[in-house]
Amino acid sequence: MAGKQITYGLYNDETDMMAAVKHANSKHLEIMDVFSPFPVHGLDPLLGLSESRLHIAGFVYGLLGTLTAFLGMTWIFTKDWPIVFGGKPYWSVPAFIPITFELTVLFAAVGMTFTFYILCGLGPGVTNKVLDDRITDDKFCIAFDETEVGRGEAESFFNSTGATEVHSKVL
Amino acid sequence: MSSPISVIREPLVQGHKTYHQITEDLISPTERTPGKAWIIGFILSVSVLAFGIFCILWTIWHGIGTWNLNRTVGWGWDITNFVWWIGIGHAGTLISAILLLFRQKWRTGVNRAAEAMTIFAVMCAGLFPLIHMGRIWMAMFIFPYPNTRGPLWPNFNSPLLWDVFAISTYFTVSLLFWYTGLVPDFATVRDRASGFRKKIYNFLSFGWTGSAKHWQRWEALCLVLAGIATPLVLSVHTIVSFDFATSVIPGWHTTIFPPYFVAGAIFSGFAMVLTLMIITRKVLHLENYITIGHIESMNKVIVVTGTIVGVAYLTELFIAWYSGYVYEQFAFFNRAFGPYWWSYFGMMFCNVVSPQIFWSRKMRRNVTVTFWISILINIGMWFERFVIIATTLARDYLPSSWSLYSPSWVEIGIFIGTMGLFFTLYLIFCRVAPVVAVAEVKSILKTAGDQYTGPNAIYHGHEHGHGGGVGGHIDDHGSHVETGHETKVHSTVSNDGSKSKGYNIPDYGGLQDDLTKIEGIGPKTERALNGVGIKSFAALSEMDIDVIQNILDEAQGNFAGNDPISWADQARLAAEGRWSELQALQDKLIGGKYE
Repeated sequence: MAGKQITYGLYNDETDMMAAVKHANSKHLEIMDVFSPFPVHGLDPLLGLSESRLHIAGFVYGLLGTLTAFLGMTWIFTKDWPIVFGGKPYWSVPAFIPITFELTVLFAAVGMTFTFYILCGLGPGVTNKVLDDRITDDKFCIAFDETEVGRGEAESFFNSTGATEVHSKVL
Repeated sequence: MSSPISVIREPLVQGHKTYHQITEDLISPTERTPGKAWIIGFILSVSVLAFGIFCILWTIWHGIGTWNLNRTVGWGWDITNFVWWIGIGHAGTLISAILLLFRQKWRTGVNRAAEAMTIFAVMCAGLFPLIHMGRIWMAMFIFPYPNTRGPLWPNFNSPLLWDVFAISTYFTVSLLFWYTGLVPDFATVRDRASGFRKKIYNFLSFGWTGSAKHWQRWEALCLVLAGIATPLVLSVHTIVSFDFATSVIPGWHTTIFPPYFVAGAIFSGFAMVLTLMIITRKVLHLENYITIGHIESMNKVIVVTGTIVGVAYLTELFIAWYSGYVYEQFAFFNRAFGPYWWSYFGMMFCNVVSPQIFWSRKMRRNVTVTFWISILINIGMWFERFVIIATTLARDYLPSSWSLYSPSWVEIGIFIGTMGLFFTLYLIFCRVAPVVAVAEVKSILKTAGDQYTGPNAIYHGHEHGHGGGVGGHIDDHGSHVETGHETKVHSTVSNDGSKSKGYNIPDYGGLQDDLTKIEGIGPKTERALNGVGIKSFAALSEMDIDVIQNILDEAQGNFAGNDPISWADQARLAAEGRWSELQALQDKLIGGKYE
């Protein structure tokens, strides 16, 4: 995002911001991004964001965990080092279930969380420039890329939709 | 705001908070220099922790012989403490995961601290199996890795190994869930900070920006983590109970153990959450976020799980008798009337009898009662594990090897040391991170804030306030409140049509407060104010003193004795629900006048 000229407006309330997003859609203004201090419900479809597929990734990681645990224990106790415990068969499936379950959960959780941070480009040591320090406090921000929406057009949009402040910044 | 606003449910955020006030209230404890209470608590915790570390080193140096375990009682305080701490951890996951799935909004007030508590409790718990091994430097043998001993693998059929997997998974998932929830709040701290502090929080916040797509993924992640943490938390204590249930010791070898242990874990966990939160809300002044309603909800969980535990105790007794198995019958007879009878009746009283007080709504909403009951439950649940472990082992199959067990100073030291560890970590957490989830509280404000719902509501139906509510912003000194209300001061006629004689009265809809709570306002004055449309604390707080004086002068009746000088100040405190501050102010006033 280096060197992008951004025009952004700040709103005091998420309902104002949502109304403005609807307004921008009707005028076919391409919104670059919306920033808010908490997740605003109902915003995603307005911005044309498709549903997150993280849960599919989670399922795949979980399955990987299931297979790792179950096949691993199977191989260890039937092929690599078979031992009889208390007269039970080598391949004692019921006894494998707790560990299989735990590893399913572990793989799914760790895999999904890492995927989340990588997809979002977040992580320890990452510094992203923020448009305004109050976005994580109480301001709701709509940002336009100046190459998509000219500054004049953006400013008149913000003024007509009740933005309390309009600024321009290079990200 | 798709979810309907309930008129029945109690508001979860008190004091007519705006988004900015929420930030201010919840972040500022991390920005202030610590108070006296914190410093004393911290020094105490660290000293206790230091003694605990000394006892652990003593154990490792001299061996397990420094404990009073013997051939018959092989598990003593160590495993008792292990199960106790693990149980305490369960409430955090229950609050953050299960209540998220059930869409219980009250979780937002307590989930952050409860999850932190989970993580710290699991750390304390994990310590015990490790030092119990005796040769702690062999601890890596419990993990399956390609080693030079064959490779020789651990026994995957053993519940003790299942425990290793369950607890390390539980710790990891709780940590990820907790930290991911913290990232947006760390960003809030970052954006208020400067200098070196900003650098630290920039690192901790992972570069969070609040972008819509990030929030969407964040919510998806939290939901799935909650979904898998729910069976996980049930599995962890189930597996812990397998440590006992799969053995052939009378009193342990029972199928009721998994549900009984899980209920007990939630029970003891909620007790610890209550103990901590009651102290935290008092010290950090979070009464508006961790309300009496939150405490009542948790007390309901306490009475339900406590009763489940009670039913489990009785079921055990019945089944012991009904089984016709003499060893089982003896085990339970021995628990109640053997040498450790006091721990059995202590357990029964603390866990089964004492929480029954919470059938009364008045008691559920009494903070002092709740605090002491929570302490009793913490003690009682420790007794439960002691009863199960030590009293059972002390009288085994062979009367010739019967023995008694009491802990050595080293064992006591280690237990107290884990408390030191727990409180040290919790106190550091209170300083570094917001103890209430800031973003999550903001996200429920419009459905659960007391300006939108409940008896003090200002906004009704589809009318939403701007900036998240009344009150405006507290300026940097926090001493003066601007009215952020220009947009709403337009109506000169209140809803029921009563005329105001040209006064500019802010419109708060049908909101009607008891204005006589303001010192200096009696029923007559209240009628006069109502007559011009001032019916709520909020409206009164925005009036100029001169205007109020004018209203009184023009109203019928004699109001010469009234001096409205302090009314707006009092009304502001009342409108924001800051009753204790109002009380303090009124103590200083004489007849509503400043001295």
